Amino acid sequence: MKSLGYKRSTTQYIREWCIELFLLASASAAIFVTLAIVFILISESIPFFKEVSILIFLSDTQWTPLFANPRYGILPLLMGTLVTTGVALSLAIPVGTISAIYLSEYAPARLRETVKPILELLAAVPTVVYGYFALLFVTPLLQKFFPSLPGFNMLSAGLVMGVMIIPYISSLSEDAMRAVPMHMREGAYAMGSTKFQTAINVVMPGALSGITAAYILGISRAIGETMVVAIAAGMQPNFTINPAESAATITAFIVQVSLGDLPHDSIGYQSIFAAGSVLLVITFSFNILGFLVKKKFRQRY
Amino acid sequence: MDQLSKEQIKKLIRSHKLKDNIFEILGLILLLCSLLVLLALIIDLSTDGAARISKSFLTNFPSRFPDKAGILSAWVGSTLVMFVTAASAIPIGIAAGVYLEEYAKKNLFTAIIEINITNLAGVPSIIFGLMALGIFVYKFNFGPSILTAGLTLGLLILPIIITATREAIRTIPSAIREAAMAVGATKWQTVKHHVLPYSTGGILTGIVISLSRAIGETAPVITIGALTFIAFLPNAPISTEAPFIHFDWIFSPFTVMPIQMFNWVSRPQQEFHVNAAAAGMILLLMTLSMNAIAIYLRIYFRKKIKW
Repeated sequence: MKSLGYKRSTTQYIREWCIELFLLASASAAIFVTLAIVFILISESIPFFKEVSILIFLSDTQWTPLFANPRYGILPLLMGTLVTTGVALSLAIPVGTISAIYLSEYAPARLRETVKPILELLAAVPTVVYGYFALLFVTPLLQKFFPSLPGFNMLSAGLVMGVMIIPYISSLSEDAMRAVPMHMREGAYAMGSTKFQTAINVVMPGALSGITAAYILGISRAIGETMVVAIAAGMQPNFTINPAESAATITAFIVQVSLGDLPHDSIGYQSIFAAGSVLLVITFSFNILGFLVKKKFRQRY
Repeated sequence: MDQLSKEQIKKLIRSHKLKDNIFEILGLILLLCSLLVLLALIIDLSTDGAARISKSFLTNFPSRFPDKAGILSAWVGSTLVMFVTAASAIPIGIAAGVYLEEYAKKNLFTAIIEINITNLAGVPSIIFGLMALGIFVYKFNFGPSILTAGLTLGLLILPIIITATREAIRTIPSAIREAAMAVGATKWQTVKHHVLPYSTGGILTGIVISLSRAIGETAPVITIGALTFIAFLPNAPISTEAPFIHFDWIFSPFTVMPIQMFNWVSRPQQEFHVNAAAAGMILLLMTLSMNAIAIYLRIYFRKKIKW
C-alpha cells in the first residue's frame, strides 16, 4: 500500500494558505469599515471644531449654519431627534411588547407562523415609502382630529416611525419569550395562574434581557432613521418638545445639506460631519448598552 | 391567615379570567392593527399612484411636466447600483462568514471582528453615507458615481450577509466535516464540496433580504451626492463591437428609485405626489416580492434538507 505515504503537494499547501488569507481579509473588512467611519467623522469634524467651540456646539439653542449669520448649537437637532424617537417609542414599545406576548403565549402555532413573516414585512418597506405615507396619509388623517396641526409635524413622522420599528421589538421580544423554558410556565399554571399572570410574572422577567435588548435596538433604529423625518417632519431646526410642531432631526439636517451643493471645504458642509459624529456617539452608546444588558442579565436555563 | 370563602375565590377566578380574556383580545387587536397599517399603506399608494403606471412611466426620463415624467433613469440606476452592490458584498460577506465559522480560532482578533460586525449592523445608514462621502468620493476620487453608491450599499448590507452565512453554516452537523476530512479532504475542499453547497439555502435567503434592503435605501445615496434629476442613461455595459464589455458606466452620475420618489414627494405640486405614489408602488412591489422570494427559499430549502 504505497498510497499511505501520500503527501499533499506544495501547490496544494500554497492554495490552502492563499484561500485562508483571502477569507481572513474579507472578515477583517468589518474592522476597516469601522475604522473608516471613525476616521472620516473625526478628520472632517476637526476643521469644524476649530471654528466653533465644542461648548457652544453643545449649549447654543440655535442651529442655522446655512444662514448669513450662522449659529452652531446642536441642541435643536438633538431635541428633534429626541421628540420623534419618543413618539415612535411610545407607540412601538406597548404595541410591540403586547404583540410579542400575544404571539408567544396566546396565539396558536399556525397563526404565529403566518403572522410573523407578514409583520416583518413592516420592517422591509423602504423608508422613503413610509415618508410618503406619513406626509400624505397620516398627517391629513391627524388633521381631521387636530385641525391646527401643520403639514409638517413630528407627531405623524414619529408615529409612522413607530410602526416601522414594531417588528424589531415584537420579533426579538418574542424570540426571547419563547426561549423561556416550558416547565417554568407549567409551574405557574400548576399554581393556578392564568396565561396573563404567567406572561407578566414568569415569562417577561425570564426574558427581560432579550426584551430590553429589543427595546434598545428599536431606540437605536429610531434615532438613526432618516427619510421619514426628512419628508414628514420638516427641515427647519426648532427647539421644542411639542410633537405637533415641525422640526429637523440630526439625520434630516444631513439630508438637507447633502441635497444642496455646498463646496467641500465650507463650514456648512463640515457641519454635517460634526452632526454625524453626535449621531454615531449616541447610537454607538445604545449599541454598547444593549450588548452589556444582554451579557449581564442573560438567563441560562 | 384569613380563609377566603368559596364565593370570594370564585370571584377572584372570574376576575382573573376576565383580565386574561381582555388581554388576549387586546393582543389580537393590536396585532391586526399593525397588519392593517401595512394594508392601508399599500392601498393608499395604489389608489394614489395606479393611474400613473403605464409603459411610458417606465420608459420616460424625469421631466418638469408631471404627466410626462417617468422613472427610466431611476430604475436603470437602481439596477446598475444593485449590480455593483451584489458584486462587492456577496463574495466578501460569504468569505467572512466562512472564515468566522470554519477557520477562525477563538482569540482576541476574532472577538474584535465579531464585535465590529454586530456594531456595524446597528450603525445608522446615513453614517455609512458620510463615510462613503469622505472616503470614496473625495479620498478615492470616485465622485458621486454608480461605483460609489454600489460600494456604500455593499458595505451597508455586509453584516446581514455575514450573519446569514454564519447561521446557515452553523446548522450543518460537524459529522459532515469530519467525514470529509477522514477521506483526506483539505479544509478548503471540505468547505467547497460540503459546507457551502449545504448552506446555499440560508445564504441565498440572506442575500435576497439584504439586496431588498439595499434597493430601498435612500439616505446614504443622497449623502454621497446622487443627483435627483438625470435625463440620460449611463453608457451601456455591453455592446456589439469589441471589446463587448464596458466599465465606464460605473463612474457615471446616476439616480435611483427611492431618490426619484423622494424628489417627487418633496415637491409642493399635487401632480408630482401622484408620480411619487406610482414610483413608490413599483419600489414596494420590488422589495415585497424580494421578501416573498426569501420566504419561499427558506421554506423550500428547509423541506429539502433533512439531516
